[in-house]
Amino acid sequence: MAKKDAPPRWDSGMQQRLARGEAAALGELYDRFASLVHGLAHRVLGDEPAADALTREVFAHVWQHPDAYDPRQGPLRTWVATLTHRLAVRRLRATEAAALTDGGAGSPEELERKVRRASVAARADFIVHSLPAPLRAALELAYFQRRDYRQTAADLGVTEEEARRRLRLGLQLLATAHDPAGPGAPPPGHKGAA
Amino acid sequence: MSGRDRPAPRPGQRADTDAGAPGPAHDVLKSLLGAWALAACSPGEAAAVEEHLGGCGDCAEEALRLRAAVGLLHPPESLDLDPGLRTRILESCLERRPARVPVPAWAAPYDAETARLDALLQDIRDSDWHAPVRLRWFEGEAAASRRTTVAGVIAHLMSVDGLVAVALGLADPLADAAAGRPTPAARTEAYWRAAPRPPTRSVRAPWRSQTHALVRTVSRTGGAAGADDSPEAATVPYGGFELPLRDALLDRAFECWVHAEDIADAVAYPYDPPAPRHLHGMIDLAARMLPGVLAERRRAGLAAPGRARHLVTAGAPGRSLRLEIEGSGGGQWLIPLDAPGAVGSADHEVAHVALDGVEFCHLAAGHLTPREAAAGQRGDREAIRDVLYAAASLSRM
Repeated sequence: MAKKDAPPRWDSGMQQRLARGEAAALGELYDRFASLVHGLAHRVLGDEPAADALTREVFAHVWQHPDAYDPRQGPLRTWVATLTHRLAVRRLRATEAAALTDGGAGSPEELERKVRRASVAARADFIVHSLPAPLRAALELAYFQRRDYRQTAADLGVTEEEARRRLRLGLQLLATAHDPAGPGAPPPGHKGAA
Repeated sequence: MSGRDRPAPRPGQRADTDAGAPGPAHDVLKSLLGAWALAACSPGEAAAVEEHLGGCGDCAEEALRLRAAVGLLHPPESLDLDPGLRTRILESCLERRPARVPVPAWAAPYDAETARLDALLQDIRDSDWHAPVRLRWFEGEAAASRRTTVAGVIAHLMSVDGLVAVALGLADPLADAAAGRPTPAARTEAYWRAAPRPPTRSVRAPWRSQTHALVRTVSRTGGAAGADDSPEAATVPYGGFELPLRDALLDRAFECWVHAEDIADAVAYPYDPPAPRHLHGMIDLAARMLPGVLAERRRAGLAAPGRARHLVTAGAPGRSLRLEIEGSGGGQWLIPLDAPGAVGSADHEVAHVALDGVEFCHLAAGHLTPREAAAGQRGDREAIRDVLYAAASLSRM
């Protein structure tokens, strides 16, 4: 996606405009990140109204604390995803804990397992979303369209060896979602593997 | 990638030394692990990989890891983000921290309609961009149309939005191709012609980036506190007529909605009308433009001559038609019939037309002929006919 490769200049420009209180900047921020935020929120919370509410919370947070983001720390996109992840996991834990004290079924261990599973799933979504387009295209063909790697190679116009490499590298990157990193760890770099 | 470097392949290591059977080399089997985990290799290759895993700890470990990763692949979530969510979220943000540089109220319909169309474009498939669309409008006494595609419609919107961009001092998306082509239709044809290939989905990004630039620019120049009441410096020439900036942006919001409906029809998606207050502004703009169009049609011999018994001077009350728009966003307008400068007057009401708001907009967009418009009518039939035809003549390519 072209959006992903927007220069960091866009990030710092956006941060300054938000800090200046430009409503048009808030609109542009929403247009760029709403589907990412809502998708991650939905993956963690598994519920449409909760995802809507969390999306509202995320954008309100960014708008009310424009200085919380420092462009030197990395892309705005990653920062927004990390914030979403953190707030979503917090909300899930709070809802589940409330259900537990209300005498709902389950145990604190199950709660933690559920939170961890949701957290990994959301991290995986973000990784897939952030994969370089050639890797994502290969995974999409092989997984969602059930093409074998030879067909995938033909569809993409690459060698069979390259198709095998992309599928393996894509999964290796995706597998890092399981690594014990902090919630919403930034996506892994795309170099140095395989 | 998070410090997990693969062990370097051991030189000369082959699958047969591991598994005791002839087969592809270790490196080849290893390169197959991704495809294997996705069940995307041949049965023979899968069997060879599985046999190899029994004897190669590194590969076995990676295989487990990749299989687990496959379990994390899900179809993307929430492709259909509720378009109304944007307005609700932005409003709630602005309540918590008011904007120092607000989007002017008159630019809000354009901001909302472009966002709604963009959300539709986000959802459609690649092939949908080439779905045929027939642009329809009304010319003189008859319906006119022009064939294009979904991508062609976005190119059309971008070309005509470019008129506003130029008036604001922004770059013209047509660049040199714009010379000598001041009207929306001529600009669109020029853009389509100048493109080396028919437009594709790649037109979405420049269209969207221009819509953002327009909202950003009018916010900075026209939205400062109090400036809402000051006259706009800029007018936007459409080649033949011009509109004040705020009306031009309202007109562009209207066109954006109308063409979003064209696109939604072409790809069989549902599409709602604009928010009532935005719809109201669009109807109001059309109602304000009617007297001028009526006079133009009269000059061209397309409408009955004015029948004022006395000369109607500008600002004086004149013979009027009551336009009653039903539904959300509706209201009542008195349209002066005999001179654009006259003031609509209830005392001089000679006819009454009642119409649903969305239906009126479809008439003004040329998507509905005056004959088809199911209007409740009372009074002077000639005046009613003239006004309905004038409404249809508001449309253009």
